[in-house]
Amino acid sequence: MMKVGIVRFPGSNCDADVYRAVTEGLGHEARYLWHKSHDLEGSDVVVLPGGFSYGDYLRAGAIARFSPIMSEVIAYARAGGLTLGICNGFQVLCEAQLLPGALVRNRSLRFRCFEVGIRVERADTAFTNAYERGERLSIPIAHGEGQYVADEATLDRLEADGRVVFRYVDDDGVPTDVANPNGSARNIAGIMNETGNVMGLMPHPERVSLEVLGSTHGLGVFLSLARAVARRADPAASTAKPAGVGV
Amino acid sequence: MTVAAAPPAGPLVITLEIIEEHGLTKEEYEQILGILGRPPTVAEVGVFSAMWSEHCGYKNSRPLLRTLPTEGPHVVQGPGENAGVIDVGGGWGVAFKIESHNHPSAVEPYQGAATGAGGILRDVFTMGARPIALFDSLRFGSLDSPRSRYLLDGVVRGVGDYGNCVGIPTVGGETVFDPAYEKNPLVNVMCIGVLPLDRLIRGEARGVGNPVMAVGARTGRDGIHGATFASVELDEGSDSRPQVQVGDPFTEKLLLEASLELIERDLLVGIQDMGAAGLTSSGTEMAARSGSGIDIDVALVPVREEGMTPYEILLSESQERMLLVAKPECEAEVRAVLERWDLQAATIGSVTDDGLFRVRERGEIVAEIPVKPLVEDCPTYTRKGVEDPEVVALRGADLGAYRRFDSNDAVESGLVTLLDAPSIASRRWIHEQYDTSVQTNTLVGPGSDAAVLRLPGGDRALAASTDGNGRYTYLEPRTGGRAAVAEAARNVACTGARPVALTNCLNFGSPLRPSVYYQLSEAVAGMGEACRALGTPVTGGNVSLYNETGGQPVYPTPVIGMLGILEHLERRVPAFFRRTGDVVLVAGVTRDEIGASEYLATCHGQVAGAPPVLDLDEARRLVDFLVAGAAASLIGSAHDCSDGGLAVALAECAIKANGGPLGVEADLDRAPRAGPVSAAAAWFGESQSRVVLGCLPESVDELVSLAATHGVPIGRIGSVAERDGAFRIRGSGHVIAPSVSSLERTYERALPRRMREEAGLTS
Repeated sequence: MMKVGIVRFPGSNCDADVYRAVTEGLGHEARYLWHKSHDLEGSDVVVLPGGFSYGDYLRAGAIARFSPIMSEVIAYARAGGLTLGICNGFQVLCEAQLLPGALVRNRSLRFRCFEVGIRVERADTAFTNAYERGERLSIPIAHGEGQYVADEATLDRLEADGRVVFRYVDDDGVPTDVANPNGSARNIAGIMNETGNVMGLMPHPERVSLEVLGSTHGLGVFLSLARAVARRADPAASTAKPAGVGV
Repeated sequence: MTVAAAPPAGPLVITLEIIEEHGLTKEEYEQILGILGRPPTVAEVGVFSAMWSEHCGYKNSRPLLRTLPTEGPHVVQGPGENAGVIDVGGGWGVAFKIESHNHPSAVEPYQGAATGAGGILRDVFTMGARPIALFDSLRFGSLDSPRSRYLLDGVVRGVGDYGNCVGIPTVGGETVFDPAYEKNPLVNVMCIGVLPLDRLIRGEARGVGNPVMAVGARTGRDGIHGATFASVELDEGSDSRPQVQVGDPFTEKLLLEASLELIERDLLVGIQDMGAAGLTSSGTEMAARSGSGIDIDVALVPVREEGMTPYEILLSESQERMLLVAKPECEAEVRAVLERWDLQAATIGSVTDDGLFRVRERGEIVAEIPVKPLVEDCPTYTRKGVEDPEVVALRGADLGAYRRFDSNDAVESGLVTLLDAPSIASRRWIHEQYDTSVQTNTLVGPGSDAAVLRLPGGDRALAASTDGNGRYTYLEPRTGGRAAVAEAARNVACTGARPVALTNCLNFGSPLRPSVYYQLSEAVAGMGEACRALGTPVTGGNVSLYNETGGQPVYPTPVIGMLGILEHLERRVPAFFRRTGDVVLVAGVTRDEIGASEYLATCHGQVAGAPPVLDLDEARRLVDFLVAGAAASLIGSAHDCSDGGLAVALAECAIKANGGPLGVEADLDRAPRAGPVSAAAAWFGESQSRVVLGCLPESVDELVSLAATHGVPIGRIGSVAERDGAFRIRGSGHVIAPSVSSLERTYERALPRRMREEAGLTS
């Protein structure tokens, strides 16, 4: 049983959605970690959920990185702990320099929310092992500051290291400019760190993780984490993929 | 009556000018003298002025609103509270209310709309309910005017930024454009929240000695007398910006979570938003509901700036503030919860049993008013309404010239013009700026007839829609009132949900004009008739009068927010065509009606004729049929036929079909009719109580006999064709066959083009 710790900043608003995806969608354990706490409560995975952490009037995630819980999260992530940042959580991970680059205002200068197509670029990570490489997922975005930017050298290094995990693509799975909902460099929707234990992505997999909502395209992210946790506990555990996840 | 032994502090001379500046009449002032038994202080004049404004006191609308039905099997809390509450089964309740922020949005669209969303959220979570959805019902002038584009842009950003930040999905609403709203846009926002019914809390101030606490943002000089501002006409020359407040959604989010935690832990006696008329209305209304008194000291209220007078502190409308009354012995625990959420709290007084609203400044009494007459004896006026003869003439106008088409091309270009009309075209440009899926309850989001949200604890879902047709109401107010309720009910029923209750927002001009008072009284009468016929009581709402500029009132616009309950969420019915091969049917009767239509307004520039008849019996039978058809899983898709008539309804069903546009082949002459129907009425007329249905061929016979059982005329008019096929429609001797993809382009590009943001440049 995986134990997911979901950080609650005062302005987090997708915390309960992640909770439901992990517990109702996957049948695993989840708990909230209060931002003023210094205790990760033995979590196997730490999730920084979407929202507006501290209002984000300054810059998304800029204040959150200085909160008490973040000093624990940073230490945990640096020590190899599985850490997932979704939307605002991705912004916080970049601000905390656990991931390179930054998320700036959308090219349109407008908040945008709808389902986008993303392609799984790596299916051998702790976050995506339940998917197939090249698989196209339909997952909602909801952000005003989701344009991923980094200098060319950083982008090249991300590509060379295979650390681009998700890319925005069109219906045919091609990363076109029209399919890019926010102007992100190289259509990047999600990346991970060098050691593969920290991932950030702008789309919201937790919003498409319950059967009742008609799509479980996002559930694979949480299922992948559960498998990675099981494998860490018992490296001999099976890695066979069940059919149908994320499709 | 108790009065202060010594005259309260403050200037003793209240002049006629001061009275008039506060929007009070000489007679009302006499009444105040009678209540107090002495001349009021300036602070007291401010308090009376705010509480006796239309916004708080409903002085011109209360006698009319009293005629609306407010009780029904689902109603737990009717009008008079922060929000209405209905029982949705399984121990769960739904709190909901709609409110206007028209005047602030006209002056400063972004903040006006944002604080409108903020205010209605607070009204819902102060009932102990967690907000799960927002709806925005908007009216602007023509998008050809730069000002209307500026207002639309600002309002959409305002609603979006606020709801998105707090984490409440905006899942529905309507946006209508008409020159009648050019200078006075309408911004109505509805909020829906869910609560365990045993946790319902009201805005009460019970228990002598219980602490009264001000929580949240500090009090500033913003929005002073907003309630009075909302109750006067907009003056073009003046700068009204100081009366518009600024929103802080982050603080709202903290207030929301902290309030729900306080309620869940049972630490409160009562709680209320400091909304319109701020501390004054929250303090006095809470005391009035409990028959108690309240004694506060303004010097204890946390303020933003030095030197604020009691008058200013009492009437400030600074946002994100709440007044709460803690249970005895719970004050420390309340403070601990608030501190955990980094919220400021100050105990500013206590509950008394003397029935007085007593305000001090460092102990010295500056206002002392008996609560009951202040809150309950607001003078009300029943005026004499007279219909504007100009409207009578418009209604009787000869529309003969518009009933025919010269050619098939005229029909097709009429359809294209309507699909390109901002009031009909795709709202994607708007709702993509709203978070529509946060909280993972959205089963059907914006763009359908009604939104559908799952409810906690089981298989039930909630359907909701906002509707209102100002043009109908302008041309025939009673029909407009009826149609608003009936359309909202129909939209909800299209999903398969049973409509159960509604909230309403009445947006009208100045009631001092006999022609406007006529519109108001007739529209409310029509609403009441429809509410009774459909079994949907009113649980509350808001009245926004004086929506006029330069003596020109807006169209009288009643907006209805309707809720319905869907027993089995998996039986919800989508609005648009589902698959190739489905049979297309029309339920409901087409009459020779083109008056007041979008077709006349958009294609011929005519606002004339009588709106379509709204037969209440027909409306009720159709709703019953839709609910029964969905429960029996016989209906594949159901879409209300409204603006633009059958042709537009069919086009929407085809353009927004499941998985992308689907062609359709249909013959309008096979839709049920009453009497001879002219070509324009057949294609674009807006006869009421009609829906376009899609149905599997094998279910059609059963569906048709179900319609017969309910006394609903129904006709098979065609079938759904292939992906990206032709929109091949015939009727009244005409036939058109544009490709559905070209119609989709027109429909989708209409708003981005006018907002100068063509598709492809919007990311």
